[in-house]
Amino acid sequence: MTIKLTIMDQMEEIAREHGKILAPLRDDLVLLDSGLDSLGFAVLVARLEDKLGIDPFTASEDALFPVTFGEFVKVYENGAH
Amino acid sequence: MAHTEARSLRQYVGSAEQFFFDRHACARITDLAGGTTLGGRLEELADKSVLLATGGQLTTGLALIELDGIARRLTILPPDADPEHFAAIVAGADIDAVIVDQTSAASGTFDLPVRIGCAAEIAAAERLPAPSRQTEWVMLTSGTTGIPKMVVHTLAGLTAAFCGKPADHGAAWGTFYDIRRYGGLQIFLRAVLGGVSLILSSAGEPIGDHLERLGRHGVTHLLGTPTHWRRALMSPAIRNISPRYVRLSGEIADQAILDSLHSAFPQAVVSHAYASTEAGVAFEVRDGLAGFPADFVERSRDGVEMKVLQGSLRIRSPRAASRYLGADAPLADEDGFVDTGDMVELRGDRYLFAGRRGGIINIGGLKVHPEEVEAVVNRHPQVRMSLVRSKRSPITGSVVIADVVLKSDNNAQQRALGELKGDILKFCRDALPRHKVPAAINIVPSLDVAATGKLARRYG
Repeated sequence: MTIKLTIMDQMEEIAREHGKILAPLRDDLVLLDSGLDSLGFAVLVARLEDKLGIDPFTASEDALFPVTFGEFVKVYENGAH
Repeated sequence: MAHTEARSLRQYVGSAEQFFFDRHACARITDLAGGTTLGGRLEELADKSVLLATGGQLTTGLALIELDGIARRLTILPPDADPEHFAAIVAGADIDAVIVDQTSAASGTFDLPVRIGCAAEIAAAERLPAPSRQTEWVMLTSGTTGIPKMVVHTLAGLTAAFCGKPADHGAAWGTFYDIRRYGGLQIFLRAVLGGVSLILSSAGEPIGDHLERLGRHGVTHLLGTPTHWRRALMSPAIRNISPRYVRLSGEIADQAILDSLHSAFPQAVVSHAYASTEAGVAFEVRDGLAGFPADFVERSRDGVEMKVLQGSLRIRSPRAASRYLGADAPLADEDGFVDTGDMVELRGDRYLFAGRRGGIINIGGLKVHPEEVEAVVNRHPQVRMSLVRSKRSPITGSVVIADVVLKSDNNAQQRALGELKGDILKFCRDALPRHKVPAAINIVPSLDVAATGKLARRYG
């Protein structure tokens, strides 16, 4: 599974678990409008570390603030290299 | 609880046939009535402040019986004490003599006027000094950082929970605790005063060997932390023992471990007790349920009073320590209540332990006690034990992570691990608010256990 598909998969699962409705995951979707709240994203980052073996937010010295879904995926794709 | 005539420990031994065992040796405690393990040098320790730096529990126990009533002060060095703190301990307790044995890890580091070796063999003594004073007992707390606090007790306070109870000469007591910590010392003193045998563990002894030995010596009363018990239940050697009394203390006894022990030992009384080095033994619960009845609070029981203030359990008790050595901070508040730092929550007519005040995880402003999440995870049929910890999160500050040990590897192989993790998470979601549900579950082969027998937690 690609990184992007893994992220989509996890976001759908967390939305289901948290009883949220997820917006269609297009690259230009603003994360704040995705349907997940901050706890949802915190869980997502922890789960992705479990699935992908990386946590680019904690590993990076720069503060990373992805705004859109596409940017969020990029952070992980860059972190995997 | 009046002790008009203070007896020293040695005055309790001699009437009953009594043995203390560890992995390597067996000592006939009865012989201590007219014998010694200190090579005829006990007299040198009169009125001294003595550090017990023995490596083995058996030699520690023998020396304690000999020194009570003789030494001015007895400071018991726990097996996991940090050598960096030795100088501070020696200075803080005015120590001028040290007892070592062959396995003392730190035997070379103490430069003191008197240094005496102790062995597990009891030799007949021509004459023994008569006990002439009330010895101060000093225990070290198991704080995670910094120099341990030195907590001052008397023998009367340490034995108040069971002194005067009828002896049970058919009993053999066993413990997973180390007797150099408060919980283990209670068992040791109970065995000495009750005239019964005691089976101790040895450093590095595998749990299976220890259980086999407990069975061989016919253990009837066995005590440990919930973590000790979870590990024991994972060992096939658990079949060797059939105690009639099983007790847990030192950590929160959740319903899952109480139920597991009930089904493992249907013939036994399964009880859990609350005690701390500072507050002493507060109470025992025997109804098989987690937590304790609400009416324990605000009502004096055996002289022990409890109250709940700002969420934490406070205890005023004749079994409590008298003070900290050398510390500015008082041990108790103005009214004599010790703040245990253990947080409790009232649910119906019962108080349940929520966790340590210092262990709270902050999830975006919402508080989570690791222990309350563990209690839920541990109820899952395939989970043996778990440790819930915080992980830094760029979004909420922290998230909750659960490290989980499964009951059997076979199950893990039969079912996809991912599916099992999902199942445990669903289990948590059904029982906990959203922020308390672990963000991730790690299946791990084992968890670190501290020398106290408690799960090793890293706060902060």
